[in-house]
Amino acid sequence: MAGHGHVAHSPKRHTGLMDWLTTVDHKKIGILYLVAGGFFFLLGGLEAILIRIQLMYPDSKIFIGATFNELTTMHGTTMIFLAAMPVIFALMNAVVPLQIGARDVAFPFLNSLGFWLFFMGGLLLNTSWFLGGAPDAGWTAYAPLSSAFSGRGVDFYVLGLQIAGIGTWLGGINFLVTIINMRAPGLSFMRLPMFTWTAFITSTLVLFAFPAITVSLVLLMFDRLFGANFFDAAAGGNEVIWEHLFWIFGHPEVYILILPAFGVISEVMPTFSKKRLFGYSAMVFSTVLIGFLGFMVWAHHMFTVGLGPVANAIFGVATMLIAIPTGIKIFNWLFTLWGGHIRFTTAMLYAVGFIPTFVIGGMTGVMLAIPTADYQYHDTYFVIAHFHYVIVGGMVLGLFSGLYYWWPKMFGRMLNETLGKWNFWTFFIGFHLTFFPQHFLGLLGMPRRVFTYQAGVGLESMNFISTIGAFLMGVGFIIFIWNVIVTNSKKKDAPADPWDARTLEWTIASPAPEYNFAQTPLVRGLDALWTEKMAGNKKMTPAEPLGEIHMPSASILPFLMSVGLFIAGYGFIYHMYVLIGVGAVIVVSCMFTRSFKDDPGWHVPIDEVERTEKEARA
Amino acid sequence: MSGWKNLCRLLPIVALAMFVLTGCGDPYLSALDPKGPVAESQLSLIKLSFYIMLGVFIVVMVIFTYVLVKFRKRPGQTGIPKQVEGNHKLEIIWTTIPIILLLVLAIPTVITTFDLAEKFPSEDVVNVKVTAHQFWWEFDYPDLEVSTGQDLYIPTGKKVQFQLTSADVIHSFWVPALAGKTDTNPGMVNHMWFQADQPGVYQGKCAELCGPSHALMDFKVVAVSPEEFDTWVGKMKAAAERTPATATAQQGQEIFNKSCLGCHAVGGQGGKMGPNLTAFGDRDKVAGILEYNKENIAAWIHDPQSKKPGNLMPAFGDKLSDQEIDSLVEYLDGLKINE
Repeated sequence: MAGHGHVAHSPKRHTGLMDWLTTVDHKKIGILYLVAGGFFFLLGGLEAILIRIQLMYPDSKIFIGATFNELTTMHGTTMIFLAAMPVIFALMNAVVPLQIGARDVAFPFLNSLGFWLFFMGGLLLNTSWFLGGAPDAGWTAYAPLSSAFSGRGVDFYVLGLQIAGIGTWLGGINFLVTIINMRAPGLSFMRLPMFTWTAFITSTLVLFAFPAITVSLVLLMFDRLFGANFFDAAAGGNEVIWEHLFWIFGHPEVYILILPAFGVISEVMPTFSKKRLFGYSAMVFSTVLIGFLGFMVWAHHMFTVGLGPVANAIFGVATMLIAIPTGIKIFNWLFTLWGGHIRFTTAMLYAVGFIPTFVIGGMTGVMLAIPTADYQYHDTYFVIAHFHYVIVGGMVLGLFSGLYYWWPKMFGRMLNETLGKWNFWTFFIGFHLTFFPQHFLGLLGMPRRVFTYQAGVGLESMNFISTIGAFLMGVGFIIFIWNVIVTNSKKKDAPADPWDARTLEWTIASPAPEYNFAQTPLVRGLDALWTEKMAGNKKMTPAEPLGEIHMPSASILPFLMSVGLFIAGYGFIYHMYVLIGVGAVIVVSCMFTRSFKDDPGWHVPIDEVERTEKEARA
Repeated sequence: MSGWKNLCRLLPIVALAMFVLTGCGDPYLSALDPKGPVAESQLSLIKLSFYIMLGVFIVVMVIFTYVLVKFRKRPGQTGIPKQVEGNHKLEIIWTTIPIILLLVLAIPTVITTFDLAEKFPSEDVVNVKVTAHQFWWEFDYPDLEVSTGQDLYIPTGKKVQFQLTSADVIHSFWVPALAGKTDTNPGMVNHMWFQADQPGVYQGKCAELCGPSHALMDFKVVAVSPEEFDTWVGKMKAAAERTPATATAQQGQEIFNKSCLGCHAVGGQGGKMGPNLTAFGDRDKVAGILEYNKENIAAWIHDPQSKKPGNLMPAFGDKLSDQEIDSLVEYLDGLKINE
């Protein structure tokens, strides 16, 4: 890329809001994902608190009936699609190109389009609160409740998720191509940092899983908007099809969420115990195996549907198999710590807290894999406890760990460690208080998605404890926000390698310059930076001479296209064909412009690169 | 580090305290206190898997605690720890042992999965057809030619075999103390069975989100001795010949026949849009959720939506006078099978 013969095009640089709307820089898109994901996380958390307030005491009348169902539906949908996914994409954007020594992702324009589609889809879905009520058929939206027995809210669910889903899918493809094609010289697959490996497998899962939800949403959309009968049993349809399609997406989705967290843990633990990852190849192999098995087990969400003993037994045993590669991971992490010099930074506390929490979540997963036992657990608070142990106790702890770890690389500032420890302990204790009792609530006969429960059957004290825990988690999250605000008011003084870390992203300034690497580095071993440190080198060996750097142009088109689909979404929801037309015209003209307007990008001149590098060193 | 240790001490205490506070929950609701062979077999697998998992958890936690205490960075510690690539022997150990543990679990899993799916000939069981509605349960006994709603009568010590379906959306039929749940899918028929070993009134729940009043879609399983069950069946069949005991109830019957019979059946006559009310006076809950008394029956008739949002019954508060509703209540209260 650098130093080819074209005339340097004048850099088109926007500032302020326009910069954020038009950026195709993976680092800035990562920040956009983080801010948007954090916003939706706040919304989903607020919904969770309201749910717990209603369930604090039996027979409360604060949020009942359809309102309660709107809260649970939006809590689940928001947390999975609009909070968890974008924060994962935030970390992938911020870290993967830097870990592989690339200057950006393979398709920067698509990267921006992916973000704006996700954001506009999420916005569309959430406007339902002000437009006659949010969806209330559960985040799983089982037909025919969702197709024929729910109000307009479900239309927002269908269109919002469809638009957001396209964005996520584009993101997945982009990272696949990036990781396959843009690794620095010497960075073979078996030298890839574990986080990049998990990003690679997660992107593969996105590629194959999201089409399933796209198809199911299309069917639901046709039933709801155009009078089709895919899910109407009386008209020859079959509502179980929805459950299959939803979970063919939904189960891999769980691994889409958890694998990057595994990746974070596999980066943080070696750094803070000053040891290389124990059993690297076993870790890679188990990640691939989990990703593969993740597609083979969807029907374990459907043991009570009546698929028959053959299907139930096969899916049950297949599900148990996932415990094997997961166990391999747990033990390899423990032996990474073994013999190390463990430093308990906040990032490390989160990584360490992840282990027992995720192990509990994984073990209840094995218990749930037994079909006949699942007849008791299914759709009760036991399941709620299980998947929150996996998703919050696994993924969210992992993401917090990653955020504390990579924050200096993303923002050039170190998060406050004292606040960080308060953040960890309140969130961690609050988490266990909230969800540990829920295992028992389920077994004592409390179904999920109920807005009330009887007094006098042993459910009160644990529901009360659970609500207190939820408040404590809320306090933990507020401390995190406070930490971000405090940190943001300090000056950017993070060193390039604040943690004495091991991988490529720590070889460049914090935050990374616009072009990432002044010279593409040569990778000479697993843990590229650590390899050089052990060889006594102060910096990476460059794989190319210093030259001008070719950069992609900023573009407003992704934002406009997403606005177009956002408008068309309302057109579909309200059957207003004019709006569909307006949206379609915007989208198609953006696509036309993109296709036929030649955009050769621009170059960062050598003197600017040299100046930036010098400033970073000073 | 002290915070971490405190937490380790705290967790088991919290868990223990919860057990002490709650025991195993309500004996007629809890899945941890099974009252029949199906729930027992399910609990035994829950226990087996729990003990295996507890063993694994203890092993992980012992290594975990040892590592964190032993290998934390001491003040002044320098140098670089040995960079260990891995260990084939260890990898094989922690791959093989879980496989063995899972085999121990998988074998009874497969066996019980097939066992509980067994179907029995009609002469060995009581057959019941369950039809779930938003937000109540219809129970038909095809062999006995009896129908009821909300309260499912069964004889103790005999297998009850269910055919389950739904009239509207997906629901799930769950009596935790007797058996795990089975979904009721519109347009399809599922099978399950259970048996109650002891007489009692077991609580049933809808376990699949089915609309605004999903939380209120409770029902009862009334298990009685086989003799009592036969008596009950006989009386249910004879219910058509009952006459109201008082003049007020007589009036109530006329109102019922005019306003209610289209949806609610009594003694074999009437519609199936709403629950069968033949044995309404025997219930201990109104609409599955309210305490059974005349005030609550009247309140329900006045405005069912305020009690169970989203149900299909229209409000009669503005269609019938208070006096008419009172006679209707008197009539309904008299619809008893068990004296």
